[in-house]
Amino acid sequence: MTYDDTVMIAAEGLAKSFTLHLQGATHIPVLGRMDFAVRAGECAILDGPSGAGKSTLMRCIYANYLPQEGRVLIRHDGDLTDITHAEPRAILDIRRRSLGYVSQFLRVIPRVGTLDLVMEPLLTLGVAEAEAKERAATLLSRLRIPERMWRLPPGTFSGGEQQRVNIARVMVVHYPALLLDEPTASLDADNRQTVVDLVTEACGRSAAIVGIFHDAAVREALGNRTITVTPYEKAAA
Amino acid sequence: MSTAQGYNFAYLDEQTKRMIRRAILKAVAIPGYQVPFGSREMPLPYGWGTGGIQVTAAILGPDDTLKVIDQGADDTTNAVNIRSFFQKTAGMATTDRTREASIIQTRHRIPETPLVEGQIMVYQVPIPEPLRWLEPREGETRKMHGLAEYGVMQVKLYEDIAHYGHISTAYDYPVRVNGRYVMSPSPIPKFDNPKMDNSPALQLFGAGREKRIYAIPPYTRVESLDFEDHPFQIESWDQACAICGSADSYLDEIVTDDKGGRMFVCSDTDYCGERVAAGHTGEEQAA
Amino acid sequence: MNKLLQVTDLSKNYGSRIGCEGVAFDLYPGEVLGIVGESGSGKTTLLRCLSAQLEPSAGRIAYDMRTQGLTDIWSLSEPERRMLMRTDWGIVHQNARDGLRMEVSAGANVGERLMAVGARHYGNIRTEAEDWLTKVEIDTGRIDDLPATFSGGMQQRLQIARNLVTQPRLVFMDEPTSGLDVSVQARLLDLIRTLVNRLGIACVIVTHDLGVVRLLAHRLMVMRRGRVVEHGLTDQVLDDPQHPYTQLLVSSILPV
Repeated sequence: MTYDDTVMIAAEGLAKSFTLHLQGATHIPVLGRMDFAVRAGECAILDGPSGAGKSTLMRCIYANYLPQEGRVLIRHDGDLTDITHAEPRAILDIRRRSLGYVSQFLRVIPRVGTLDLVMEPLLTLGVAEAEAKERAATLLSRLRIPERMWRLPPGTFSGGEQQRVNIARVMVVHYPALLLDEPTASLDADNRQTVVDLVTEACGRSAAIVGIFHDAAVREALGNRTITVTPYEKAAA
Repeated sequence: MSTAQGYNFAYLDEQTKRMIRRAILKAVAIPGYQVPFGSREMPLPYGWGTGGIQVTAAILGPDDTLKVIDQGADDTTNAVNIRSFFQKTAGMATTDRTREASIIQTRHRIPETPLVEGQIMVYQVPIPEPLRWLEPREGETRKMHGLAEYGVMQVKLYEDIAHYGHISTAYDYPVRVNGRYVMSPSPIPKFDNPKMDNSPALQLFGAGREKRIYAIPPYTRVESLDFEDHPFQIESWDQACAICGSADSYLDEIVTDDKGGRMFVCSDTDYCGERVAAGHTGEEQAA
Repeated sequence: MNKLLQVTDLSKNYGSRIGCEGVAFDLYPGEVLGIVGESGSGKTTLLRCLSAQLEPSAGRIAYDMRTQGLTDIWSLSEPERRMLMRTDWGIVHQNARDGLRMEVSAGANVGERLMAVGARHYGNIRTEAEDWLTKVEIDTGRIDDLPATFSGGMQQRLQIARNLVTQPRLVFMDEPTSGLDVSVQARLLDLIRTLVNRLGIACVIVTHDLGVVRLLAHRLMVMRRGRVVEHGLTDQVLDDPQHPYTQLLVSSILPV
């Protein structure tokens, strides 16, 4: 398959199933063979009923899950790179510079303060400390994390606060491709709107976005196309 | 020459002496390197100078003149006994005078009178391995010597400075011989370390219990380890010898009564006596 | 980027017993490799082989020497290998007593590697030691204290400082956090992570603690009975394990 320069994320024949060896090698097919491409500036919303494999697809794109068939291409340093079959260090490089992922849960290092946590991705990209701090602070303020909490590790924060820190940690870097797994799930209306704004701005910067949003209003506000997740059975049929 | 009945010349049998001489030759060939040897049972316990005695026995000839000192003095128990041991078993001449001696066996000091070519110093060594304090494994210390991995010796000096503000090691101060092997100079005061450097005399070291012989050939570079910002320094005293007035010899502090009275005198009794004979006087004499 | 370490077909037998067998991987500068497996899986044997503490029975371990590129470490002369081990490499032992000199001060422990490579200026050595104590969050006021007076976590941090002072490019760690309280573990892990990131040090970490590797390792090797059964990106191996044994390992973690 050939793609033009605007394609940032592409899936080719992507299929995912799980084999549970501890339960008598039970085979659980999840994703059918999926093909799609997401271009710069597009915000594609994954569609499908609960359990259809939307999060699984997201994790396959991020190379957190290993697909059984097919591959995912991510634009990295100008070229579409096969993240599915890349070396671990190449995957990490793609994630560092080209592909951001807001997961449903914040998974952080104990003991590291919130501000440092949000600055960290910038620092690893070589952004100067002062600039990183400013960008992280601006974002935390926009997401209404009170300044007195910035020095604290987010481990003891409420679910909504943790989710906002999670969003800040990803959105602070202007990734050209973004994966958002229900980023607004546990947020109040104001913060939900802030996230919508942030995503809209990312689109405006020509980021390609793949998202899972349950909130109809958010879907309405953000989505400019839909990708229907194909369960395995359907694909097989 | 009259020797004790039934004993070989200088006590040891000739085979043993040859074995020891071979060890000495090897030691001289590799300055500072500890050569293992088959240390024999001697008629006195380990720690009383058995290593030095075996080295002396192996190099002693009937024409030699032997001087034995302990803490700089010729008349201390250990020195007297070793001297009489060789008088009985070898019958050679003995002396108290550094200048007259061809072989000087020592514990704790190097004479103040400069040594000359042809003289041999024999040191009694309790612990020959300078790395032992940090590395108990013999295999590992040998490897460290082999590879000249001597960082840990600096660690010892570092600890001194960290705890006392200066290098407090005062005796058995480690040296590097001929730019290669780090060597324990035996428990001589560091005051004597510079005397080992480039000495015209041959210096032999014998450790009886540890079964090691090592050597510094004449005119060999011997450097005391130190730091650039904490260079090696020898002891100095505010006063001169109370007896001979010497201001540049190693002084012993002697408590003279139970009212806090004390005096400082030369540790090298021969040197002190020579100076007195030459007309030098100290405070004690003058008073 | 050049490979830092290249391991090919590495095996170590103890008589007829297998220590580890057929291990192969490349490690690049700055990469952190985690090796997990249960006791007796061969992970410590593998680490000891990799770090030149144990000669392998077969296979090749090539290291990117600063002057001569990828070189079989067992083709080096012993002095070269020992020099490599105390300058360009670091080894952090599970038990701090194996990695520290307990009879000398914290400062001397840190300074030893510097002195071993020829540092002879006390003031500079001490400044450097203070600097490293600060980096590993030990109060510089403790610089002249013996490690025995330190807590377990401090001893581990001192061990790390002692290793990193020569700015190694590759550090081997054997269960660096086991035996420590959970809160102390977290602090140590964070410290290791920060230092390794900041200094771009490559690391091989052996542990049975999957939490440790999730936090520290870029890549994971799962060992069982001396063999590598699964090898890949850390979060992929932990979140989508393919091998039955890895699935067992991952599912055996007690939930908090």
